[in-house]
Amino acid sequence: MSKRIANQIALALLWTSALTTVAVLFAVILYVVVNGIGQLSLGFIFTWPRGVNAEGGVWPTIVSTLYVTALAMVIVTPIAILAAVYLAEYAVQGRLVSIIRCAADTLASVPSIVMGLFGLALFVEAAHIGFSMLSAALALTFLMLPIVMRTTEEAIRAVPKYIRWGSYGLGATKWQTVRRTVLPAAMPRILTGLILATGRAVGETAVVIYTMGQAINMPVSPLDSGRPMTVHLYLLAMEGINLPAAYGTALLLMIMILGFNLSARYLLRRTRKV
Amino acid sequence: MAEASAQNDENHKKAAHGLRLVSRSTHLKEAGLRNLFLLCAFVAVLGVALIFLFVGWRGWSIFSTYGVGAFLGGAEWDPIDGIYGILPLIYGSLVVMGGALALGTPLAVGTAIFLSEIASPRVRSIVRPAVELLAGIPSVIFGFFGLLILRPFIASTSGGLGFGAATAWIILAIMIVPTIATLTEDALGSIQPGIREASYAMGATTWQTVYKVLVPAAKIGIIDAIILGMGRAIGETMAVLMVVGNAPVFPDSVTDPIATLTTQIVIDMPYATGDHRTALFGMAIILFIVSMGLVAAVRLISRLQSAMEANR
Repeated sequence: MSKRIANQIALALLWTSALTTVAVLFAVILYVVVNGIGQLSLGFIFTWPRGVNAEGGVWPTIVSTLYVTALAMVIVTPIAILAAVYLAEYAVQGRLVSIIRCAADTLASVPSIVMGLFGLALFVEAAHIGFSMLSAALALTFLMLPIVMRTTEEAIRAVPKYIRWGSYGLGATKWQTVRRTVLPAAMPRILTGLILATGRAVGETAVVIYTMGQAINMPVSPLDSGRPMTVHLYLLAMEGINLPAAYGTALLLMIMILGFNLSARYLLRRTRKV
Repeated sequence: MAEASAQNDENHKKAAHGLRLVSRSTHLKEAGLRNLFLLCAFVAVLGVALIFLFVGWRGWSIFSTYGVGAFLGGAEWDPIDGIYGILPLIYGSLVVMGGALALGTPLAVGTAIFLSEIASPRVRSIVRPAVELLAGIPSVIFGFFGLLILRPFIASTSGGLGFGAATAWIILAIMIVPTIATLTEDALGSIQPGIREASYAMGATTWQTVYKVLVPAAKIGIIDAIILGMGRAIGETMAVLMVVGNAPVFPDSVTDPIATLTTQIVIDMPYATGDHRTALFGMAIILFIVSMGLVAAVRLISRLQSAMEANR
């Protein structure tokens, strides 16, 4: 009898822990939505901040965030996909591959503020690029690289072997096989990984805070500085004077990130059905 | 046996000849592309080397001029008077990490066990996406939530301002749940189903199966998950920054303001010059080495495990 009771208690605890996790997620989302929804308007999204307390809108910070994210993804996508192609299709297990994997694991675990200081030391100062979209995007590239590499490699490995054999059987070379059959077959899952990485890049703060600058600016060229939404939210929250704008920015940020995550999920589910 | 391997060699030779059947230009193109891909994969190695080089270059001299012992062991952080002891910051990082792990690990492992052993497919299809979404929420939003919801709550129960380790523990515990839960669920999922069925066939309850059979079997995977959660906790910056209060001192209680390595870097960076700036880069070196050490620990553990399995 006692083992039944112990079992019931344990099951109740496990249910509680899972429900707590879900409840926390909904609490965070609900809190941001409830407080931010009143702030959200076209005027808030599309106008510039005014005055010392950043009244008005957040348009330049949205542009800065999207600019740096797009730039980082443009740089990281080809490198990460080709690197994953190497690891999944070409590499022979050996010292070289284990060094690359070890480096990717290390890169994935570097604290984001360390990546930020690295970007400051190398791109902003040593390379004289200055506080700019490009410096921030390059620092983000190193943060995104291991993430995209891993999801792409998993996507390529999930492609059944016989598809490759069919291609080789027709006399295709290795690259033809990879480009014409393997990559198209893996593409939905590669895209899912890319969208999730984009979401990560949008939400990143510590990497961009000392590589992009903090002054509000509308970036045009990659060498322009700016202030991303995350840094804007951080500064508004810490000053604590203009909280409505902080709630509004948080909600916009949340909408963007949920949008990326849910579309990645939708894409994955649709390809599973086919 | 020897014959078979000779046959094998023959096949390999044939395969090598087969490649030469393509034209020389195609062959060169294939080899060139292969090297290009290798180069792309090497960008990861380049990244680690560059981080080491540039953060090290900026921060190294704090160890040589100020002294390793004085820097790591100094109990006072007072940049205005040129005193750069980071012991209070290391202490802060460890306290914040320890508390977050103590709170977050049971929650995460519990959630993982729930997902892998108890939840019906329908419940799982709600809980698992929630865990994944939790991983996607930016740390600055967690910090914002902690600052405006959790901090006033802690303040009213403790009587202070609510900035301190306790607030950071709760926020950080939530943030490391996805990391630990996902990896633990993977570890539980990779246990052979036969082991589970054998336990149930003996009349064990779900809980007996979980803690006497499954958790021991997935032990290594769970330890890996906790180590990686540790790395996440020690490197987390923005969320901690917004709730710890940022006072580089040894606190009297868990509800008094403290500072960690990561938060002090963000706070001081805008105005730091000279040795102060070098000291901040020195702290980044420490963080980098710690995160590398944790990754190395995970690799070492998995190597030991495969060696143990080979001996069995």
